[in-house]
Amino acid sequence: MTRQTAGVLWLTGLLALAAVSLFVGVIDMAPGDLFADPEALRLLALSRFPRTAAVLITGASLAVAGTIMQMLVRNRFVEPMTAGTGQGAALGILIAVIVTPAAPLMAKMALASATALASTLGFLAMVRRLPPTQPLLVPLVGLVYGGIIGAGVTFVAYQYDLLQYIDIWMTGEFSGVLKGRYELLWIAALVAVLTYFAADQFAIAGLGRTASVSLGLNYGQVVLIGLVAISIVTALTVVTVGMIPFVGLVVPNIVSRRFGDNLRATLPLTALMGGALTLASDILGRLLRYPFEIPVGTVFGVLGALVFLWLLYSGPRHAK
Amino acid sequence: MIRIENVSFAHGAAPVLHDISLDIPRGGITALVGANGAGKSTLLSLIARLAPLQGGRIVVDDLEVGACRSDELARKLAILPQTADAAPRLTVRELVGFGRYPYHKGRPGRDDHAKVEAAIAAFELGALADRPLDTLSGGQRQRAQVAMTYAQDTDYVLLDEPLNNLDIAGSRALMQLLQHLAREHGRTIVVVLHDLNYASAYADHLVTMRAGRIAEAGHPTEVVTADMLRDTFGTEAGVHHVNGAPVVLV
Ligand SMILES: Nc1ncnc2c1ncn2[C@@H]1O[C@H](COP(=O)(O)OP(=O)(O)OP(=O)(O)O)[C@@H](O)[C@H]1O
Ligand SMILES: [Mg+2]
Repeated sequence: MTRQTAGVLWLTGLLALAAVSLFVGVIDMAPGDLFADPEALRLLALSRFPRTAAVLITGASLAVAGTIMQMLVRNRFVEPMTAGTGQGAALGILIAVIVTPAAPLMAKMALASATALASTLGFLAMVRRLPPTQPLLVPLVGLVYGGIIGAGVTFVAYQYDLLQYIDIWMTGEFSGVLKGRYELLWIAALVAVLTYFAADQFAIAGLGRTASVSLGLNYGQVVLIGLVAISIVTALTVVTVGMIPFVGLVVPNIVSRRFGDNLRATLPLTALMGGALTLASDILGRLLRYPFEIPVGTVFGVLGALVFLWLLYSGPRHAK
Repeated sequence: MIRIENVSFAHGAAPVLHDISLDIPRGGITALVGANGAGKSTLLSLIARLAPLQGGRIVVDDLEVGACRSDELARKLAILPQTADAAPRLTVRELVGFGRYPYHKGRPGRDDHAKVEAAIAAFELGALADRPLDTLSGGQRQRAQVAMTYAQDTDYVLLDEPLNNLDIAGSRALMQLLQHLAREHGRTIVVVLHDLNYASAYADHLVTMRAGRIAEAGHPTEVVTADMLRDTFGTEAGVHHVNGAPVVLV
């Protein structure tokens, strides 16, 4: 399957899923109702569309962020939600809630992005010291590091009696998404789109520092730009819908195995696949125990693990 | 011309290069030889600003290494490092394509595509062009790396042991291509070689390094002698002459 065919297929799948997502939920609604029933239209505008958009943006931008992080760290097993970026963001928003509860949301967001960035820089500084012969140490160190920061967040929240917030940030799900409560995510979408303009730079950074410098790339600057983009996307996701693991890990690996690491060619596909798979998980989560919901992260974890295993043990490795 | 003035370098506390001064003339092939650990790769990586200068200065034409813009130097000088980091999943054509990055900065044009195809043709990689690098043999991968350096299309080309993994046909083809670039296009080639017979057959200048210092420099016929082999490499090997060119008996 060529990249173009895959792109068309995934786009078709994504659109079909989006249509389903608009009409699946606790309140029954069929496409025909939109014309007959003004309440149906309101439901669509207030809840179903925002939710569908939020899922698609989150999935797509996390997949892109995961890809960039894997190129910059030069390790396929890292992703922002498990390597400290997400936990850093949660720490930032918690500090903002405690210290300046009255600050505008954008200011809190900026702080969350800044702590996410600081935490990611810390991770990078640590893994640069690890022996390159042991690639699996990198995600392990990330898990421990993220876990420590996460524990810090819980501890601080406990001290200030804010534990109920923690749940919202630490476990991602989309049932709370309504019009007026998810729009920040469009910034994440914008950031993800903008990273495409630096696709070549990130791909070259993936070749390593030596290759980057000899091609005249400002390596440090590219790494920093990439980390800033990752941090913003992650912070916006954590604050708006909570932490969603695996998307940034599984999707980039699927795309890389099938279509390689030439990001200029593959990033659009990565975004499509991230959006579609996350939306499929969200819809499944809504249907499996209807009328209750299973958090998207749980469904994606199971689905993603299955896809990942199938991928590891099957098929051609990197078709063009 | 590459002018190296009083360059010293240490890895941590261990000194590696001692006050090196050397002029590499414009045009022609300069071969750099010396024992393992003599400092050849270190010198090359300093010229190519892969490691920061600690003392002394290096000037390539009018560009001062370390002070000039890195992307400007990338259009003047290309380097093939001795060991490339493990590459991500790329096809040969994609890898060679990155050699054009200093020119197109992410938006390749028709000229860039043409140069990539020319590089692929020059290294006879046509049949492999769409193969992922990790499915190639060591020598094929080496050819792809050299092709990427070639696609960078620079006046100065530094190659650190480019003959690694290449068979005799590949080695000769590469040396002949370098010779062609030097003679017909006025390019300056600096190449680290371990096979002195290749060095004396193709190089216009031969520079030997010994324990972080330049030992001899001159035309291969003057430099390649049994004495040099003893002093620089610590090995007793005979040198014969075939049609006037020195040949080391191994
Ligand atoms: N990263 C490093 N840390 C410490 N010492 C180093 C490092 N890289 C190289 N060295 C030392 O610097 C000296 C010169 O190394 P260099 O790679 O320049 O040698 P070389 O002439 O290219 O050798 P070879 O023919 O084996 O490639 C050696 O003694 C080596 O041990
Ligand atoms: Mg070397």
